[in-house]
Amino acid sequence: MSNVMNDERIPNNVNLSSDKRLQRALEAWQPNFLTWWRDMGPAEFQADDIYLRTAISASSDGWAHFDYVKMPDYRWGIFLADPVQNRTIGFGDHIGEPVWQEVPGEHRNALRRLIVTQGDTEPASVEQQRLLGLTAPSMYDMRNLFQVNVEEGRHLWAMVYLLHTYFGRDGREEAEALLQRRSGDADKPRILGAFNEPCTDWLSFFMFTFFTDRDGKFQLLALAESAFDPLSRTTRFMLTEEAHHMFVGETGVGRIVERTAQQMSEHKIERPDDARKLGLIDLQTIQRYLNLWYSLSLDLFGGEISSNAAHFFATGLKGRAKEEEYADHTALEGAYPMEVVRERRLVRDDIPLRNAMNEQVRDKYVVDCQRGVDKWNRMIESFGVPFRLTLPNRRFHRQIGLFSDLHFSPSGDLISDEAWQAQQGTWLPSESDKAYVRSLMKPAMPKPNEMAHWLAAPKQGIRGKPVDFEYVRR
Amino acid sequence: MAAEQHHPPVRFDTHPDRYRHLALDFPPEYGGAVARLQIDIPEDGGLRPGYPLKLNSYDLGVDIEIADVTNRLRFEHPNVRALIITSAKDRIFCSGANIYMLGMSSHAFKVNFCKFTNETRFALEEMSEASGVHTLAALNGTASGGGYELAIACDEIVLVDDGSSAVSLPEAPLLGVLPGTGGLTRVVDKRKVRRDLADVFSTVAEGVRGKRALEWRLVDEAPAKGQFQSAIKRRVEAMVQRSKRRAFAPVILPALSPTRGDNRVDYKYVTVEVDVAKRTAALTVKAPSSDIPATLQQLIERGAAAWPIQAFRELDDALLDLRFNYPLVGTIAVKTSGDAKAVVAMDEMLTKQAENGLVCEVTLLIKRVLKRLDMTARSLFAIVDRGSCFAGSLFELALASDRIYMLDDTEAAEGEAPHIALSPMNDGPLPMANGLTRLQTRFLGDPLAARRAFELRAPIGTQEALAAGLVTFAPDDLDWDDEIRIAFEERASMSPDAMTGMEANLRFAGPETLETKVFGRLTAWQNWIFQRPNAVGGRGALTLYGKPERPEFDFART
Ligand SMILES: [Fe+2]
Ligand SMILES: [Fe+2]
Repeated sequence: MSNVMNDERIPNNVNLSSDKRLQRALEAWQPNFLTWWRDMGPAEFQADDIYLRTAISASSDGWAHFDYVKMPDYRWGIFLADPVQNRTIGFGDHIGEPVWQEVPGEHRNALRRLIVTQGDTEPASVEQQRLLGLTAPSMYDMRNLFQVNVEEGRHLWAMVYLLHTYFGRDGREEAEALLQRRSGDADKPRILGAFNEPCTDWLSFFMFTFFTDRDGKFQLLALAESAFDPLSRTTRFMLTEEAHHMFVGETGVGRIVERTAQQMSEHKIERPDDARKLGLIDLQTIQRYLNLWYSLSLDLFGGEISSNAAHFFATGLKGRAKEEEYADHTALEGAYPMEVVRERRLVRDDIPLRNAMNEQVRDKYVVDCQRGVDKWNRMIESFGVPFRLTLPNRRFHRQIGLFSDLHFSPSGDLISDEAWQAQQGTWLPSESDKAYVRSLMKPAMPKPNEMAHWLAAPKQGIRGKPVDFEYVRR
Repeated sequence: MAAEQHHPPVRFDTHPDRYRHLALDFPPEYGGAVARLQIDIPEDGGLRPGYPLKLNSYDLGVDIEIADVTNRLRFEHPNVRALIITSAKDRIFCSGANIYMLGMSSHAFKVNFCKFTNETRFALEEMSEASGVHTLAALNGTASGGGYELAIACDEIVLVDDGSSAVSLPEAPLLGVLPGTGGLTRVVDKRKVRRDLADVFSTVAEGVRGKRALEWRLVDEAPAKGQFQSAIKRRVEAMVQRSKRRAFAPVILPALSPTRGDNRVDYKYVTVEVDVAKRTAALTVKAPSSDIPATLQQLIERGAAAWPIQAFRELDDALLDLRFNYPLVGTIAVKTSGDAKAVVAMDEMLTKQAENGLVCEVTLLIKRVLKRLDMTARSLFAIVDRGSCFAGSLFELALASDRIYMLDDTEAAEGEAPHIALSPMNDGPLPMANGLTRLQTRFLGDPLAARRAFELRAPIGTQEALAAGLVTFAPDDLDWDDEIRIAFEERASMSPDAMTGMEANLRFAGPETLETKVFGRLTAWQNWIFQRPNAVGGRGALTLYGKPERPEFDFART
């Protein structure tokens, strides 16, 4: 075994040390990954010691090992969740048959596409968040950002493992291409829209980790149902890490909301301008950022009516998130009532269940998002501020699917192009909103006990450490 | 997985002693230079029960015998310079494929039957053109449908002018289908009948008789009954005169007698292994060094047992077996093993000795079998791995395949890595139906690439072969098993109809020939018509043939 590819440097539970094919593939890929990480990973913090969680085994105590580490030395590992004995396919036309340990030739291209699409989001988000470390509101937040970043890097490894192990030369080429595309690059953009949006301020980062990483959670849940067992096991393990990313998002937005509401209450102010005068992010601006990132993330679930999704479901490649919560796992009968657009009007239609797979997963996502929004509203309420954050209607500001050609208000009403032009500045972050939020981002390395003015301190630190622990050591 | 669940498998091995439909003799007045084939089909002579073979109508069993005749005339009767095809029955030459047989057959069987018949017709033409066994159709009675198509595959046609004997292609007016063995194509392309006259001819069920048939170029001579025999004699003698056939010692073709087991067939040099569940087969041709003739003398001494004759006869039989008896096998792994150097040396000998009569026949045999492979409607993936022998003539098997996978064997010791080799046999003697070599066809867009391939020094290793465009994919040893497995699984999951059509379109780039027209245009149209309600629906013409009801057509044109 080569000295680069060993179990110590690359923690894994996939027998890397005896898998010559994987070693060979990783030997070529890993140096390019590190180059990519240096070029596109967190700017200017590569030499610092960061207090990070590393997965060093798949066991319950091994996946969360904490220590100081320089990010380029982070031990990106390859882990699969433990196999489920005698696992059978849980949905679709092959329900009840044993799951596949190899890729069936018939489904090779479709599976590769699914894995590449998922894999592409992982490095994309690292690229999107590359400059955020420079304006971190606290050392605690900076550390969380880097934690998310290295784990997205590990998620890339997880998808690359599948490509290398099961997709031969094509897989190696796709793994290489994952390092070539760049978020927001006009010539070689990342595959999905939301992953090309700039994410250069911390409000966006928290929105991203709340909404977009949550899309990731539901995609991973749907892939965890896959008949292709290695994909199922890989994604199940990724979900353990993803939970922390959403925690960062939920508490991040929550701390901003808390700070603003608390200050509004303390200073008895109501108008957004007054909040800004105090250096806070007004709730209206938070709502507009929410509208943006929620709608961008809704797009990631794909079209409302999708024959691709029906095909994935029928063939067992991709199920519905938490498939066990549904009664009927073949979904051959029954329909999904949906508002669709006919001749620029909304009408109700019954869509065959299998063609509405994306919408069913989106339903669960919406419920999950609402829970977080409710928490934030309880926080606002606790300070006696009358404002409430809301999730816009899912037709609002969509680029993908049935509603992408038309304009809808946040309440879901079909509106004219003119009405949209006139009002979109009140629904989505305007240039002045963005400029204002950017103005709050201070380019200075925070001291351990410093916390930016516009967000509340977290309730507790990481892994029992105090909030003002030196999470980043220069 | 037999072709037709209720029928025994079709076998292609036969011998003149066992012919049931034809009588082969060598009339003494020509001193052994002429063979005569008399069609005499007993009504109960069908391959399967259920359709009496009236009026010298035929089924596959008859064509198996015609194919056998041509092979034996080539190898066993090197002195024969002309073949007369006639009928032993009065007033009827041959009325073509039996309609009831067609009505009872599955679509796949019809298509394969038609294809085999076409291949046999082209073999007749090639026998005249390349071997100097010229052919005369002596129509002592009516030749209709496939009967006229058999006649038109001969060099010359003499039709007795007796007031009733006619030539005809009644398929369109009578059955709502097409003459399926090249009739329409040969009428205008080979006999150069004017297209408007051909149109009339092909829509008049009773056909054309005597003088008019001659005027329309449908026959070459239409003598009265009294002059019929002398006309035959005159023409045949002229054929014998102009024949360029080169004599050689007869080579008797023994039965192949393979061992047939469960889902495998073992010939001496060819093996077929069928994987029923995966719908694939491995077709392997072995070329052991000790058996391959290096000199003309060795070839002559070994006769039919000589490797190229034996191996390619076996391959031919195996292909027909796969076509007819394993319809569910959709993808075939084409494999070889043996001594590449010996094959190349043999090829060089064959091209150097091309003037020799036996060498000529051996080369033509290889050419025909390779065309049969080109024409086999199964996905063909050539597998070039360690120990394989894709060299010269055997590399044509790879070139005939839809894809070529070559192992990039990084672990192999020097000299053991997979390799391929070209020989002069890749450069002309084994053309495809389009008249080009397989290399020319492969590199249609870059003719120089074909030439450059011959400058590569054998053995050509994997990376070199890949760079030269001689192979499709070159997975290395770590990827190999998975890549091959997935390629086959993926192929097996596709629509068999789409694959058949796609492959037939991709395999024959380049110019059109009579042959490509027959196999491409004619066959494709015929297969389409055979599926249409106007032919095979409840009120279709083929369905109602011989019944009192009239067919009802959907008159919409495409
Ligand atoms: Fe991720
Ligand atoms: Fe994430």
